[in-house]
Amino acid sequence: MVNLHTLRRKTVNIVMLTITGLCTLFAAGTLVYILGYLFVHGATSLTWDFFTKLPTPVGEPGGGMANAIVGSGKLLLLASLFGIPIGFLGGVYLAEFGGSTFSFVVRYVTDLLNGVPSIVIGIFAYTMVVLPQKHFSTLAGGLALGVMMIPIAVRSTEEFLRAVPNSLREGAMALGASKARSILTVVIPAAKNGIMTGIMLNLARVAGETAPLLFTSFGNRYWSSGWEQPISALPVMIFTYAIAPYEDWHKQAWAAGFVLLTLVLTVNIIARAVLSKGRHVAR
Amino acid sequence: MAATPTTVTTSSGPARPVPGYWQRLRSGDEAAYVITFMAAAIILLITGMLVFELYTNSSVSRGKFGWDFLVTSTWDPVNDEFGALPFIYGTVVTSALALLLGIPLGVGAAIFLAELAPPRVSDALTFLIELLAAVPSVIYGLLGVFVLIPILRDIEPTLKAVLGWTPFFSGPFYGVSLFSAGVVLAVMIIPFIISISREVILSVPGDQREAALALGATRWETTWDIVVPYAKKGIMGSIFLALARALGETMAVTMVVGNDPKIKASLLAPGYSIAAVIANEFTEATGQLYTSALIELGLVLFALTIVINGMARLLIIGADKYKA
Repeated sequence: MVNLHTLRRKTVNIVMLTITGLCTLFAAGTLVYILGYLFVHGATSLTWDFFTKLPTPVGEPGGGMANAIVGSGKLLLLASLFGIPIGFLGGVYLAEFGGSTFSFVVRYVTDLLNGVPSIVIGIFAYTMVVLPQKHFSTLAGGLALGVMMIPIAVRSTEEFLRAVPNSLREGAMALGASKARSILTVVIPAAKNGIMTGIMLNLARVAGETAPLLFTSFGNRYWSSGWEQPISALPVMIFTYAIAPYEDWHKQAWAAGFVLLTLVLTVNIIARAVLSKGRHVAR
Repeated sequence: MAATPTTVTTSSGPARPVPGYWQRLRSGDEAAYVITFMAAAIILLITGMLVFELYTNSSVSRGKFGWDFLVTSTWDPVNDEFGALPFIYGTVVTSALALLLGIPLGVGAAIFLAELAPPRVSDALTFLIELLAAVPSVIYGLLGVFVLIPILRDIEPTLKAVLGWTPFFSGPFYGVSLFSAGVVLAVMIIPFIISISREVILSVPGDQREAALALGATRWETTWDIVVPYAKKGIMGSIFLALARALGETMAVTMVVGNDPKIKASLLAPGYSIAAVIANEFTEATGQLYTSALIELGLVLFALTIVINGMARLLIIGADKYKA
């Protein structure tokens, strides 16, 4: 009897361990599958023209997404100019000056903003910029992405500033530096790597955002000059091309997906390597 | 600013000239405080404006339909009849399906990675899985359209043979469907469930495990009866966070859900979600009421995710195991 009971427990043990192992295998397998599939389909669809040419009209083979690549770059630049200063300074406030009810509110609202679906941020940018101007623009897209960058910029800045040992602050102040000076010349430089990495990850995240751009920067099949015209972006092009019924466009979508994913994953891998290295040094 | 030698001298000495503006800024605690405080205040302002804009720009629709907007199932732009029910239904069904598929897989994998796998294997796999969380949603949509839907078409006969007697798996299957959207969402939320749940499980004190093992429990009994209940709140939190993500997910759902504003029992039928209808119809919306109705849908989605996110944070903070 006892042996039978033990046997049952041991069997359950092994079976359940195997099942959880299979779950893990499935999750990790998905990534390998996604990467493999995108790599095969994307890399084979990728040509040099993709980086240098404009999209061709329907039915005409060839062409590329040069305008979308530049467009994504311009949008990210605008987003950084808007989102990073606010996010960074807000993070400095929370880490160095915070502690009151106000910081609690800011932290809470930042998390709230982080949870807002990206499409809703798109509506916000639409009502703020597109409605008054009555036309889609690069500016509106940049604003949408910039708002999306703020929460993560705040939280990563705060986190890395907090990781700076207090002895550094005390040392600076003991030498006669004011609080502001110690933050500017000691604390922030000490946290520089982490903060920069956080910004890179943040950029990689918004670089793949599609939903907030659909009705802000809208898209453009040609070059967009200045900041007032609609502009094309890589993720929006993937969406447009993937749902279109043309075989040729699907290939372009794969190529664009491959380029976007390669960029995003490269940034993520480098960032993680930098962060884990920093952590070891800190220990 | 002129880099004069006086900047180097210390601030002692009564006869020192009044410092320049830049100097005061560099050493002025007040200035630093005010500047960073303003940035923090701007974040509050932006969030406040976001709510305000959603609210005021949906006023036409709110005024005309009132609360009935939420329970009306007609969506007829031609006759200016707008109701949110088909979209709320689609959003809830696809998210529920994602949780149904994602929770067992995600929590199972988290248990394996935290409790059973050797640390090195665990770290490597966790790294891989967290990369999945960084994949843009439009890429999931792309794979959904060209990879998942063909796979689902292949397994659809089997699915129907086994579950076809329920109303959920009846009727024709075109590929794009609520079911496809649910599966894509499940794949997207699994990394979130895994990475947060794993952290929570890892932070369960070691003596809990040792005590159970010392009493003769097997590895699995220790994990399932001791560690998991201990980490329950945090795991629930991770699930709520994943749910909030699934509810607000736009691109991947838009590309595979079928975009048909009808309420059908069958999961194999095409449906629609709140985020998807905003993405598809916003630029085409003609007339004030149409746009206003779409913005009100945005408001509904906003409210929904805020509530779910709030619950997730309460759970995770309550568990006090994981700093969000």
